[in-house]
Amino acid sequence: MIWLNTAAAHASTFMPPQGTEIASQYDKLYGFIVIASLISCVLVIGGLVMFALKYKRKSENDKTAYITHDTRLEFAWSFIPFLIFMVVFVWGTYIYLELRTVPKNAFEVHVFGQKWNWDFMYKSGKKSTNEMVVPVNTPIKLIITSRDVLHSFYIPAFRVKQDAVPGRYTKLWFNADKVGDFQVFCAEYCGTNHSRMLAKVKVVSKDDFEKWLQDNPYKDLASADVGQKVYNAKCIACHQLVPEASTSIAPSFLGLFGKTRQFADSTSAQADENYIRESILNSKAKIVKRVSGEAFPPIMPAFAGALSEEELVGLIEYLKTLKE
Amino acid sequence: MSASHAEGKNYLNCEKGLWSWLTTLDHKRIGIMYMITVMVFFAVGGTFAMLIRGELYSAGRNIVGPETYNQFMTFHGAIMVFMVIIPGIPAFLGNFFLPMHLGAKDVAFPRVNLLSWYCLIVGAAISLVSLIYNGVDTGWTFYTPYSIETNNGTTWMVAGAFVMGFSSILTGLNFIVTTHKLRAPGMTFFNMPLFVWALYSTAVLQVLATPVLGITLMLLIAERVLGVGIFDPTLGGDPVLFQHFFWFYSHPAVYIMILPAMGIVSEIITAFSRKVIFGYKAIAFSSVGIAVVSFFVWGHHMFTSGQSEAAGILFSFITMLVGVPTAIKVFNWVATLYKGSVRFDSPMLFALGFLFLFTIGGVTGIMLATAGLDIHFHDTYFVVAHFHYVMVGGTLMAIMGGFYYWLPKMFGRMYNEFWARITFVLIFVGFNVTFFPQFILGAMGMPRRYYDYLPEFQSLNRISSFGAWTIGTGFLIALFVIIHSIRRGEKATSNPWGAKTLEWTTSSPPPHENFLETPVVTGGPYEFR
Repeated sequence: MIWLNTAAAHASTFMPPQGTEIASQYDKLYGFIVIASLISCVLVIGGLVMFALKYKRKSENDKTAYITHDTRLEFAWSFIPFLIFMVVFVWGTYIYLELRTVPKNAFEVHVFGQKWNWDFMYKSGKKSTNEMVVPVNTPIKLIITSRDVLHSFYIPAFRVKQDAVPGRYTKLWFNADKVGDFQVFCAEYCGTNHSRMLAKVKVVSKDDFEKWLQDNPYKDLASADVGQKVYNAKCIACHQLVPEASTSIAPSFLGLFGKTRQFADSTSAQADENYIRESILNSKAKIVKRVSGEAFPPIMPAFAGALSEEELVGLIEYLKTLKE
Repeated sequence: MSASHAEGKNYLNCEKGLWSWLTTLDHKRIGIMYMITVMVFFAVGGTFAMLIRGELYSAGRNIVGPETYNQFMTFHGAIMVFMVIIPGIPAFLGNFFLPMHLGAKDVAFPRVNLLSWYCLIVGAAISLVSLIYNGVDTGWTFYTPYSIETNNGTTWMVAGAFVMGFSSILTGLNFIVTTHKLRAPGMTFFNMPLFVWALYSTAVLQVLATPVLGITLMLLIAERVLGVGIFDPTLGGDPVLFQHFFWFYSHPAVYIMILPAMGIVSEIITAFSRKVIFGYKAIAFSSVGIAVVSFFVWGHHMFTSGQSEAAGILFSFITMLVGVPTAIKVFNWVATLYKGSVRFDSPMLFALGFLFLFTIGGVTGIMLATAGLDIHFHDTYFVVAHFHYVMVGGTLMAIMGGFYYWLPKMFGRMYNEFWARITFVLIFVGFNVTFFPQFILGAMGMPRRYYDYLPEFQSLNRISSFGAWTIGTGFLIALFVIIHSIRRGEKATSNPWGAKTLEWTTSSPPPHENFLETPVVTGGPYEFR
């Protein structure tokens, strides 16, 4: 089976790094199918090219053979592919079950998809956004759901993916065997900023993980600094700190606080604490117009329930510090 | 009619004026109207494809913002699926040649045939109303609950797809009845060309599967307009139910797209290797087999949706079974070349190109059918590459091949062989340059429907964009080749390729009711002895 390992190594040149043991098993199967596919393609396409050239028409009076069928040959080329498919099926099912069967006593993390962030909640009450910290060499079970539309939690390095479905919990597990940062994508189309719904899995040593769990990220921080952290985690994908342009998909936060806002229904209001609070928690209540006069698309999700009072106050205070 | 035949009249010039076309009951004229319609939609859908590749040329913003990009991607998908590939072969080439292959004067229900064209036009018009309401950004799959809450013209697009579904159902119904009832004397089922077998299998799928899509889309409209709560979780509905309904149609729909293409390839390969097809019955029955099994594989689109492991394993297994009849067809086509007399005119080049690309599409299909592997590949560019290899590398290559093959019959004119071969080279090479890198992108983990991507994906995306523009150039030249051929091409004889099926026994272009005398069939369709 040495050739298989070599093949797998070559196939995985184009694969993401292997962050789990299952990922290397996965790449072996993938390598096997790639090789089997290459052989079949060479046989079929090679035969095609060879016959086409060898039996090229020489004159318009060419006689051709009259061969209608060959039962034994046809049985062979139906049955042999069938056998190969069954090998692939059984092997693939084995890996599928490995990927889907969560070990008992796995460490559990709740995952919430929300346009366009990933929120993580640990049993200790610790929360994080777009950065999931987990201990190395520990089976981790994710209990996934969505607060709005479908999303899909995808970690290429672990070869795992699971849709986040509103109204139900889905599961995914992995056991990372390397310390490091691994990319997370949203793989189920979820609207405007689907491609920016990115996160990281940060695999750390068990000691570092315990320390991180105890750590209160907002401890001893000024309100505005808490707000800045929340902004960087949850708002930055749409609300950027540059002057608003015609291509902006959401209002800029620069100088927003205190400004008079023009709304799509032709009313206006000053951006005070109450306005900011309402816009975060119930974003569709007032839709702002662009500089050009048309309304921004009402795409912002409502954050009611997704932010603590401390974070909300922090955001308001942070906005006050942003001058044009 | 016999008087007009004597004066050299054919179906194109026996009546004149736009009105005579819009009210025609002639299956050939309706086929030509479908041809024009599909070509217009293809130009629109293709333009969206070029714009998509323009936006993806570099990471970050290139030409449009994410909302516009998502509309490009939705319109590209919806137009290409519902308005180009599904009607492309059955309603255009099938309408023209199925009755002729059977030795019939027309389809069984000519008025219904015309109605089906109007369904397509009305449905397409309704879809385009969505543009007035900020377009559609759901993707062609309309997954709930995003498609329920997104604030734009989704309702119109969905309603349009609903109406277009009737076009597909009526065409299918017509083909089934025509095949059963209007065969010429001596035309037994096993004397029928394989194109007819393929269209027949397709027609069964169209009639049985499309109503499920219709119901699903109606429910989605009810959900959006009335808030009935079948799919919306906030009202107690289940968004995954929508996926089950949707793929129960849309997986068979994949075979609605590919089976007729396989039929065309069977015709071209025998004609240009001047040899009886190898394994006629195996190819005919594998079409039927694929059609039947295709109803039971929809769950392979949903390995990561949260469906149970038992369902995942079952769907993986049944999907593997589709591979067997598909492989049989490919082997039979290759075997047909053996000891033949092969000519490399453009139709044959496209048919051989089909075999090359479809084989790659097939083996990557097996990778995706493997439940364990699909978890990683699902919703990445690997899937995008796979289905383009099948839909474009397969179906579109076959449409182009069939177009060149039958152009002399349809218009009585030959096309320019040199330029037609140039279009083949550009489309074939451009296609591989576009989509092969996408397999690698997908394996690396780049998800599909991404407006923006990480920097490490840029070089492969760039190659892909250059490939796409090469394909675009190829199709643009093909358009000129076709127009030039229709207007100025050399006169075609009644059988320029020396093929054996019935359409080549009548004049080019054919007379109003196809054959001056009803043909009497005495043998199989590929009797090259």
